[in-house]
Order: sequence, then structure tokens, then C-alpha cells
Amino acid sequence: MLQETVPNLAKFVEPDRVRREVYTDPSIFEMEMERIHERLWIYCGHETQVPKAGDYYTVQIGRQPMLMVRGKDGTINVLYNRCPHRGSMMCGDRSGNAGEFFRCSYHSWTFHHDGTLKNIPMMESGYAGTRWGRDNPDCNMKRAARVENYRGFVFASLAADGPSLLEFLGRSKVAFDDICDRSPEGKVEVVPNCFRVIQRSNWKIFLENQLDALHPSVTHQSTGRAAREVELQIEKKTGKIPLSYHMLSAFATVTIEKWDNFQTLNYPGGHCILTGYMGLRPQDPDTLEYERVLAKAYGEKRKEAILTTNIHHVLIYPGLSVQSPLQQLRAVRPLGVDKTLTEIWHFRLKGAPEPIYRRALAYYNLVNSPATLINADDLENFWKAQQGLSSEGGDWVSFHRHHGRDIEKDGMVETAKDCGTSEAPMRNQMKAWTQYMTAGQ
Amino acid sequence: MAKKKAPKKKAVRRANGRDTQHAVEQFLYRQAEILDGKRWQDFIDLFADDGVYWMPPEPSHTTWDGMPAIFAEDKSLMTVRMKRVLHPDAWSQKPLWGTNHVVGNVVIEKESPSGDVVARSRFHMMELRRDDVRHFAGSYVHHLKKTKDGYRIKLQRVDMTNAQAAYDYVLQVWV
Repeated sequence: MLQETVPNLAKFVEPDRVRREVYTDPSIFEMEMERIHERLWIYCGHETQVPKAGDYYTVQIGRQPMLMVRGKDGTINVLYNRCPHRGSMMCGDRSGNAGEFFRCSYHSWTFHHDGTLKNIPMMESGYAGTRWGRDNPDCNMKRAARVENYRGFVFASLAADGPSLLEFLGRSKVAFDDICDRSPEGKVEVVPNCFRVIQRSNWKIFLENQLDALHPSVTHQSTGRAAREVELQIEKKTGKIPLSYHMLSAFATVTIEKWDNFQTLNYPGGHCILTGYMGLRPQDPDTLEYERVLAKAYGEKRKEAILTTNIHHVLIYPGLSVQSPLQQLRAVRPLGVDKTLTEIWHFRLKGAPEPIYRRALAYYNLVNSPATLINADDLENFWKAQQGLSSEGGDWVSFHRHHGRDIEKDGMVETAKDCGTSEAPMRNQMKAWTQYMTAGQ
Repeated sequence: MAKKKAPKKKAVRRANGRDTQHAVEQFLYRQAEILDGKRWQDFIDLFADDGVYWMPPEPSHTTWDGMPAIFAEDKSLMTVRMKRVLHPDAWSQKPLWGTNHVVGNVVIEKESPSGDVVARSRFHMMELRRDDVRHFAGSYVHHLKKTKDGYRIKLQRVDMTNAQAAYDYVLQVWV
């Protein structure tokens, strides 16, 4: 059926432009869920979200409502949130503790934390002689085909075949190394709060915006300038500028021309890194104390390597943006062709001094909370993009900026030194999109 | 002598109680009016110099200090927010929008001898943005400091019931 309406998906994507239907056609969205989100490795959550046996968190993978649950043996399982009896959802809460076992609220079927059947009421009298019973694996809660955990970050893939998590991540795994290595113990723990914000736009618009180095000085100028004015007043009064203001004013002080000096590193599979621009290594006493703690844990040389890792954020295709130097991430959950949920989490560097946590927390609250001083204007742009793309005023989305100047080497695409605002990340994402969408055809 | 004074004191206290209730209600109504009128500087001026506007993401939080918060703003940060929405290039401020607050259920929780007050209240707020309506509701706790110019807010805590659910779009100004 879908093949009839969408005969040749490859025709929708050219190296430097994309058809608008890719963002607006519900049948393409369904195919994306099937071929991308329900096949690739999708971030479920961090292991510290479920510290105790029975702790669970619900998570949407593509169109599938899933549960991430800690078993009695410490293993984290990812299960379909569905009772195999009549199909009811098992857990109606967003998170909680299942107790000793899952129990369906409809007919009291019970399941162990790994999804295997524990008991069915009237198992002997009601099911003897039927094909339904303990020996039938269809009586278990269905498990995600594959689950892997890298440094505490749990991913699941609903496809039995495909590359391992580490093969899939490739060099984008630096996101998790960077976030963890910044802790003197090499570990992070989740701050128990998730900001959830819905965008009225296609999921790919958010991913593209994450690496769009031209937009900040346009979109976020109002906040950048406002923060700059207040920051100068504070400096006049106290002689110091709080870092939280600097994080906001950077949107204005880094002017449009300067953005070309940054760089994006584009990897196979659509992953991408935007290099750092915020200057998050001031020489205040808190930072110096933190650097001492890190040097003690890792040695001077390794500490330098960790703190000079040049990342603003890492995009892990198709649904995770990790801002490792500030220990936060945004998971992207497509809800429909024009509706996307972002789940935004913050992490604490284990063993790092409190002020370092608080510094990143300020960014989490000011930039990523539902009262964000930054994303309000992004979401307005995303909505406008979705509206405009739904019109017949034009067929194509342009990704031409600095096209032809990309440097291909070592199996990746690097933007040239003066091409930081290149639309290479969008071209790279659409290249991966095409490969995934047309695989096996 | 002492016996004669006692009833008088009681009467004064009762009168004060009514006055306080009335004064706090008027203050809260005025604050709501200021928000609906988009008088951002007037809103900030309702706060004491060290005042904080705080919206926790969940009711169990007891402090904004060091915690995730939807809002945790002192007057300087509130000024950033004001300057942002007034900037000609605040794109998300271009579309038509407005709010309508109703504040009620005002309870005086505590009143100190100096006249400082802790007051609880409830609010409902309707927001129109383009053609969409959003409805927000929750409770306020105001820690008010009595000054010669009237009350000033030391801390306003806003527990918004909606905070438990995903936000469809964001909050651009205070609720």
C-alpha cells in the first residue's frame, strides 16, 4: 500500500535538497517509524532512573509504548508495555515500581521483570488443553529484540538484526565518554526530573536545528542581547559576570560571521558533532578546584584531554541530542508527522564539586525548562516551518549552504575551516535517512 | 488595668485580620492585572530586591536552590526575561497572545508582628495564542514583606498542576 503511494523514496532526496513531503506526508512518517525508529538503536534512559528491582520507566520507541525495568538480578529489560492476554497496557503511569512482579489490572496475569509469565488465574482449570500456557512464549510480555547499555545509557533496538550499539554509534559514542569522563569517578547519575515539551513540527526539523550554526544569532538574538545588557549591569555592580548569563549572552556576542569559524563533524548514519563555542572553562576558583579534583583522579595529561574535548553537542541519529559539557540530553520522540515530544534530562557528575553541578543546572533551567529563554523562539520557527512546508508554495527544502565545500576524509564529512554554518549536517542526515528508508529495496 | 486592656487588644487583632485579608487580596488581584496587562516592569517591581519567583516542576520540592526548576528567577533574571520579550526580534512574541487570570481562595497562613505575611491562593489562567487556547491552574504561596510602599514579594511559589504533564509549547512569561 505504502509502496504504491510512495513509489521511489530516493527521488525525494537529492544531495543538496529534499522534497517537502518528507516532513509532511503521514505515509512517509509511518515508513520512518517502521524503517528508522523501530529498527535503529533508540535511547531509552539512564540506568540510574531505575535503581531498584521493579523500578520502571515508560518510553516510546517509534510507535511502540515500551517499559524500561530493572530486574531482581540487576539487569535492565526493555519490554512492550502490553499484556499478551488481551493486549492491555501493563503500566499506566509514566514511571514507578512494579513490586515483585508486573500484574495486569484487567485479568491479573502476572509477569516477572524480564517479561516471562509468572502466573495466569485458573491456569490449570481454564487453560488445560488450549495452546495458551506457560510453555508458549507468546504468553510472555514481548521483549525489545536487543538492549545494550553503554556507560549507563540504555538503548534498545526493536530489530533482531543490525549492528551492535557501539558499531551503530561509531564516533558519536564520544558523547557518553565526554559526559562520563568529566566526572572524577567516570560516572554520571540522573537528576530526577524530566522536562517534557511538545513541538508542533516534524521530528527531523528539531534534529536539523541542533546542528544549524547559522540560526542562533538570528533566532536567539533577543535573549542574547537581553542577557548581555543585564550581565553588563551586574559586572558594573559586582565586577563579575555569572556564567549563567554568559551562556545566554553568547547567542548575541557570537555574531553571525563568527559562526563560520566553528565546525561540524558529520559521521555515517546521520550522527554529527557541533564543536564548542561557549567557552565553558573559566578560571574561577570553582573551576580550578574541579580541575584539581579531575587531575587527582586522572593525572594532568588525561585531565587536559578531557577538558579540551571540543563539543557543543552531539547528535545521535535519529533521536538524541547530547550536550555532554553541560551534562544534559534531549531525547526526541516523534508523536506524529507534525508533532514531536522532547524529553530533557540533566545529569550530575559523580564526585565533582557541587558548583559544577549548579553551573550546568542553570543552563538546564534557563535553556531547557518549559519556561526556556531560548527554545521558545526555536519552537516558533519549527511550527512556522511545518506550516510553510504544508503549502504548495514550493516543492523543495534547500540545503545548499556551502555545498561542494565539504571535506570527505576517514569515512566522514568535515566542514572546511571557514564553513561552520554549512548545511552539511542536514545533507548528512538526509543521506542516512535515504539509506535507512530504502534499505533492502 | 490588665483585665480592661485584654478585650481591646482582641478587637484590634480582629480588625487587623480583616485588613490583612483585604490588603493581601488586593495585592494578588493587582499582580494578576499587571500580568494580564503585560506590564512587565511593574510586575518585577512587586518583588523585594532579593525576591524570587519560583515554579517547581513538582510539588514535593522544598527549595529552588540547587534544584531543577521551571522558573527560579531573581530580579536580574526577571529583567532578562522582560528585555527578551520586549526585543523587536523576539520572534515568538510576534503572534497575538493574551492571558486572563483569576485568583481566589486566599488564605492568610501566617502574619508576623511586623506585618509580613505568608498567603496561599489558587489561580486559573486562560491563554490565547494565535487561535489556540491553553488553560493553566494551580496554587500560589506568597511570602510578602510589609514596606512603607505596601507589600513586596520575598518569594512567590507557583505550583502549577499542568507542570506534571508535557507542555504543549512553552511558557514565555510568568504565570
